[in-house]
Amino acid sequence: MITFTVNGTRRTIAAAPDTPLLYVLRGELELNGAKFGCGLGQCGACTVLVDGEPVFSCITPVMLLDERTVRTIEGLGSADAPGPVQAAFIAEQAAQCGYCIAGMVMRAQALLERDGDPDDDAILAALEPSLCRCGTHVRIVRAVKRAARTMAGKPMAGKVEAVR
Amino acid sequence: MTKPTIHALSRRAVLRGTGALILAFSLSGRAFAQTETGASATPLRGLPGSLDATPRLDAWIRIAPDGNATIFTGKAELGQGIRTALLQVAAEELKLPLSRLDLITADTGRTPNEGYTAASHSVQDSGTAIRNAAAQVREILIGEAARRSGVSRADLTARDGVVTGPAGLSLGYGELVSDTLLHVDAAPTSTLTDPRDFTVMDRPVPRVDIPAKVTGGAAYVQDMRLPGMVHGRIVRPPSYGARLVALDAGPVEAMPGVLKVVRDGAFLGVIAEQEWTAIKAMRWLATLARWEETAQLPDEARLPEALMALPTRDTTILDVGQPDAPAFTLDTLFSRPYLAHGSIGPSCAIAYLEGDAMTVWTHTQGVYPLRDALAGLLAMPPEKVRCIHAEGAGCYGQNGADDAGADAAMLARALPGRPVRVQWMREQEHAWEPFGPGMVARVRAALGPDGAISAWQHDVWSQSHMMRPGPPGTLLAARDKAEPFPPAPPVDLPMPEGGGDRNAVPLYVLPNARAVNHFLPEMPLRGSSMRSLGGYLNVFAIESTMDELARRAGQDPVAFRMRHLQDERAKAVITTAAERFDWKDRPKPPAGGGYGFAFARYKNLEAYCAIALEVAIDADTGRLLVTRVAAAVDTGQVVNPDGVRNQIEGGIVQATSWTLFEGVRFDRRRITSVDWAAYPILRFSRVPRAVEVHIIPRPGLPFLGAGEAAQGPMGAALGNAIRDASGQRLATLPLDASRIRHAMMDPPPLR
Ligand code: FES
Ligand code: FES
Repeated sequence: MITFTVNGTRRTIAAAPDTPLLYVLRGELELNGAKFGCGLGQCGACTVLVDGEPVFSCITPVMLLDERTVRTIEGLGSADAPGPVQAAFIAEQAAQCGYCIAGMVMRAQALLERDGDPDDDAILAALEPSLCRCGTHVRIVRAVKRAARTMAGKPMAGKVEAVR
Repeated sequence: MTKPTIHALSRRAVLRGTGALILAFSLSGRAFAQTETGASATPLRGLPGSLDATPRLDAWIRIAPDGNATIFTGKAELGQGIRTALLQVAAEELKLPLSRLDLITADTGRTPNEGYTAASHSVQDSGTAIRNAAAQVREILIGEAARRSGVSRADLTARDGVVTGPAGLSLGYGELVSDTLLHVDAAPTSTLTDPRDFTVMDRPVPRVDIPAKVTGGAAYVQDMRLPGMVHGRIVRPPSYGARLVALDAGPVEAMPGVLKVVRDGAFLGVIAEQEWTAIKAMRWLATLARWEETAQLPDEARLPEALMALPTRDTTILDVGQPDAPAFTLDTLFSRPYLAHGSIGPSCAIAYLEGDAMTVWTHTQGVYPLRDALAGLLAMPPEKVRCIHAEGAGCYGQNGADDAGADAAMLARALPGRPVRVQWMREQEHAWEPFGPGMVARVRAALGPDGAISAWQHDVWSQSHMMRPGPPGTLLAARDKAEPFPPAPPVDLPMPEGGGDRNAVPLYVLPNARAVNHFLPEMPLRGSSMRSLGGYLNVFAIESTMDELARRAGQDPVAFRMRHLQDERAKAVITTAAERFDWKDRPKPPAGGGYGFAFARYKNLEAYCAIALEVAIDADTGRLLVTRVAAAVDTGQVVNPDGVRNQIEGGIVQATSWTLFEGVRFDRRRITSVDWAAYPILRFSRVPRAVEVHIIPRPGLPFLGAGEAAQGPMGAALGNAIRDASGQRLATLPLDASRIRHAMMDPPPLR
């Protein structure tokens, strides 16, 4: 049996140890945030945080997670009480279809926990593993900048400027 | 009889009879043509938008006794924000707060039939219908209040769901409505709200679907969990036309957790209790199947030649003056490879056979056409099949959605009483989706002594861009079955919207011009609708030629375009983009830098879009970065300005990806670009840096779709900027790093 903490709650998992974390999250734990995009570690749709670092849950066997801490987008807030990164994505309307967005938010969360004032290059580099097909990139970067300001206690009123 | 090939309809196949149906359709020319949305090309009743086909007001709007309203649309949310836009339109005309509205989207059991959610038609079709229906409902409610109170309707006002009048008269919509009040046909004209009085339309209302999408809500068909639901996966053939010669499925059937292996001819699927078990079973089953394949794909390295060598059905779509110049200044062959829609979420559907009724939750763009195709596939009466739209990842045209719906239905039929969820694997989506067709466009043009265009000829070669359901033979499962359906006939979408020839008629005023559509009835690779259809390549070809002609004539490319235009709205977007970019005063670019400009009106019928941009190229690697973009758009009356911006920004980024990176790869047997490594798309490091979108306000004018307006101009502006930086005209897409590097190395011709 594998036991780990998901969004603050300890869970013991029945799935076979070789099952990728993604299927445990979406199946047994009924969490929607992490998405199946490629199953190959190429697109980032399945990104969650393990001990604070972004990982591709589609290629991470659940047996590697024993006694570790997993965070998904559900752990950052809810539609009624969104966390600062989620709120910034809503404020910037940073989604078209939105299928990639949970992965983007998790990468942004990990970045901002590590670096409270990332420059453009740091933001682009942090998001590089994640694909967006709708072309929402420009807004996603703006949302990350907005979230950085909020988390630093300097929330912004209007819209943020474009990427430089 | 040998099993017919699925897609590559060779002349051989036609001759030996498997393509007989296609030939019969082909000979009938464009008479069988349909529209891209599936709507009738000629109005039935002369009512606005989709009211024309579905005139009953209560088919669109119902008001409950509490005064809240439910709006019904046959269109679907595809990530383009249509849900929010339609709610805005309804709220504005009903004079009801947004929070008191609910919206039901595409569902054959509940909503009007609005064909396909496609072609940038949704606001135009459904938005127009809902706007007019809502205005008429509001007037009916006011009329009812007048009747009941005896007060003249001129003294009554509707606001916030209440009709008010003199002496404290106040009647809520819920009190006024009755079962039959709205069960009437729409009138031809409506009392529409003056744009100056808008309080909800033309406002950047936040999208209603975004909060759930950023917090892990159940937002997609992929997220649905029905009681008793099981998981299916499909084993697809390794290539088009592969024949299944042997399969012993026994070991997979015996796998713990596997409920069933489903086989019908070459259609192979597995069903398991758990998703991961289904995937493992699918992989095992795939290794047990033996296939016979044929080498029937064209030579990828010579795709333009291969396409131009196919039989054609020619239509002259423009012929004015004397287009046969004695000598052309330019004669250029432009081409694009097959392009993948590349949805980030592979296609998914859930099907459930309960008694004699099949329900399918699907992210199809057309619930009604898919319902009909599934009824054919399953040999069920259409009224026993219900298709309900549930969102998927962005599709940008016909991806695997319909096929996944058919796959799920085939599996659900084999396991009655359990909902079966099927999601495609990444490699299946990349190999089997109907691609945006590879195409060729040849443009010849001559300059007269006055420096204006004296002759112009455009020829375009393309297969069908419209192979959507309707006929069961459009679905992969129907082609793989033991008793396969015939391949669906290739549809040549007619002008004025066009298919492969979309936007092949320039909007420029040219005294001597011809354009010919060389429609290819054969389909070397499976293809169908992808954002902007032929418009992307045709605009790339036209706008590259305009740019080149301006250079040859020693004229500024913006001024050169303006002198060939009469359409004032076209001129306005060009002027705005140029001004916002500071085009006139652009400094001389640094080494490796360049500027590009391009314009188009999508389909010559929808939104106008002009784009000016600047690039920085690293000559050693050919790496191109878009450093600045200024776009101007005219989408008629705007419903949601932030929604328009989002669509245009998205179009700019997506077209950057198509133009710089993309092309489907294949050998003579198989599609080989089956993942994101073999089919790279734009990542963050290459995202255009500053993107500005300017919207030209057009209050009161008809809605024009915005979702496909930017792709053509963006591709062309990139080509023109590369020309500016390198001195070389690149005409073969993609304009990838190796082509750009070569262009930067070659000595530039005299300018
Ligand atoms: S789904 Fe995990 S990286 Fe694509
Ligand atoms: S918003 Fe659709 S893939 Fe990113």
